[in-house]
Amino acid sequence: MSHLGAALRERLRALTFELGGPGTRERLEKLTPPRNEYGVDPYGFDVDFAVAAIAPFLWLYRKYFRVQVHGIERVPIEGRVLLVPNHSGQLPFDAAMLAMACLVDMDPPRFVRGLVEKWVPTLPFVASFYAQLGQVVGTPENCRRLLAAEEAIMVFPEGVRGLNKLFRERYRLQDFGHGFMRLALEAEAPIVPVGIVGAEEQAPALADLKPLARLLAMPALPVTPTPLALPLPTRYHIHVGEPMRFSGSPDDDDAVLEEKVTAVKRAVQQLLDEGVRARKHVFW
Amino acid sequence: MISRPLAAPEAVSFPGMPRLVAITGIAGNLGKALASMLHTETQIVGIDRRPFREKPKDVAHYQVDIRKRKLGEVFRRHRIEALIHVGIMHDPRIPFSEAHSFNILGSHKVFELCVQHGVKKVVVLSSANVYGPLPENSNFLTEETPLMAADRYSDVRDLIELDMYAQSFLWKHPEIETVVLRPVHIVGPTVRNAPSNYLRLERPITVLGFDPMIQLIHVDDVCRAIVLALRPGVRGVYNVTGPGEVPLSTILKELGRKPVPVPHFLVRTLLRRAFEARLTSFPPEEVDHLQYLCAVDGSRAARDLGYAPRHSLRETIRSVLQNAG
Repeated sequence: MSHLGAALRERLRALTFELGGPGTRERLEKLTPPRNEYGVDPYGFDVDFAVAAIAPFLWLYRKYFRVQVHGIERVPIEGRVLLVPNHSGQLPFDAAMLAMACLVDMDPPRFVRGLVEKWVPTLPFVASFYAQLGQVVGTPENCRRLLAAEEAIMVFPEGVRGLNKLFRERYRLQDFGHGFMRLALEAEAPIVPVGIVGAEEQAPALADLKPLARLLAMPALPVTPTPLALPLPTRYHIHVGEPMRFSGSPDDDDAVLEEKVTAVKRAVQQLLDEGVRARKHVFW
Repeated sequence: MISRPLAAPEAVSFPGMPRLVAITGIAGNLGKALASMLHTETQIVGIDRRPFREKPKDVAHYQVDIRKRKLGEVFRRHRIEALIHVGIMHDPRIPFSEAHSFNILGSHKVFELCVQHGVKKVVVLSSANVYGPLPENSNFLTEETPLMAADRYSDVRDLIELDMYAQSFLWKHPEIETVVLRPVHIVGPTVRNAPSNYLRLERPITVLGFDPMIQLIHVDDVCRAIVLALRPGVRGVYNVTGPGEVPLSTILKELGRKPVPVPHFLVRTLLRRAFEARLTSFPPEEVDHLQYLCAVDGSRAARDLGYAPRHSLRETIRSVLQNAG
């Protein structure tokens, strides 16, 4: 069993290096998170595992969504930072693709942590898989700790509202929560707005069966033409904006925070509008 | 003198070491280890209702139940400067009411006597389990985290009650330096608690598809933290962590175990049946620890107590193997 696992892992690693293109191996070797004698960081992130496990995601990145990245050099190569993109597509492929972009299209690569919903740790296999990939539950405490450790985190202020938005709401940003701004102010961390074009059409949801979702303890239950909300091969365009810096107190009134949050939201919306206008077609 | 496996861990000493330290629960694993670490540094009085075998000659032991009146005599006879309260019952096989009475009434009595007799320092051993393994937990819980363990299982309420009581004592009696320590899962060659016993199983049950990060601490390191808490000026609540955290599967692999993964919707019923039939000593309510995170941030203890674990991660994990029978 274990040597089968090792062989599979080796195959996947090779696939990762192949899909990543020339120099991927050398670039990924620059990733050196703190590791203990068992090869994991304090959150359970296992680089060796991750390099193998991202192969399928990288395949999606290169072959399926054929992601085009614009302005990735705006992501700081070091230091605490929050990436703030739009969220859509029923299943969080947008998060995975942004993470891939930072791994294979940045030099040196940057490992960006995703913050997952609180129900993820209750899902068998998903819970352990995500943990090995370094994803953590999105509690403010976790974000604070990661930013203090100069890490890059991905925050989706639209949350599930964005992820499960209906097709007719595509590229219209849902309400942004304020939490990310409080964190950024507290940590004095820059915010990099990101517009992800393509994901919003990948799984067109016609309706959201909320009562049934509640019954199944899921955040939403979208009705899509594709089974299990599997994504269509839309072409992704990831547009990275200029880093934004804010100052002020994280304990300010909501009205004061709202202004700053709106500035970020406007930046993301602008990236989306320009991105949608610039692309030739949804699928290519 | 002391026989194996009580090989004396390295002594810890510092200026201002209390001249007389009382240890409740001295006949237990941790108590014995503490005694062997401290008896060369200061004078020790042991309190336990169990006999203290392998007792160092210079330790005075009183075989009394901490709930009983006789306990007062120990305080009257000795000028106790500091008290370490590790005499807390965790055995899941002991009826809940008995353990509850011993832990809560006993602790009240101990604390009361400390006030009456002017004890300057009280160190209470709680546990990081008081936070409870919950899916929504942050990766590293700080001391301010609410104690939510009883949210899912009431059996830990005892421990939480004791922890809370010690905290209220800390605020009510500013003249006494109270320290509440919350160590992560304690393991060691002779430790017989739920996590150590679990790790000694050849075929331990795991929850299919879950692999939480686990923190272990070697019993010697816990002792070192307790002794450091005796330092003058130290008071407050402290998480105490070992040399780091690893996925449960890594620990089991290091120990060469063959885990038996059980789907999460079956595991609790199954374990409860097995426990009631005495097929396993693993308390069913501990399953949450195999499924969800309950890891803590130990940086405050590192900063204020100057505590750092001496045992490496591998040594700590493997310590359950050096089984002295």
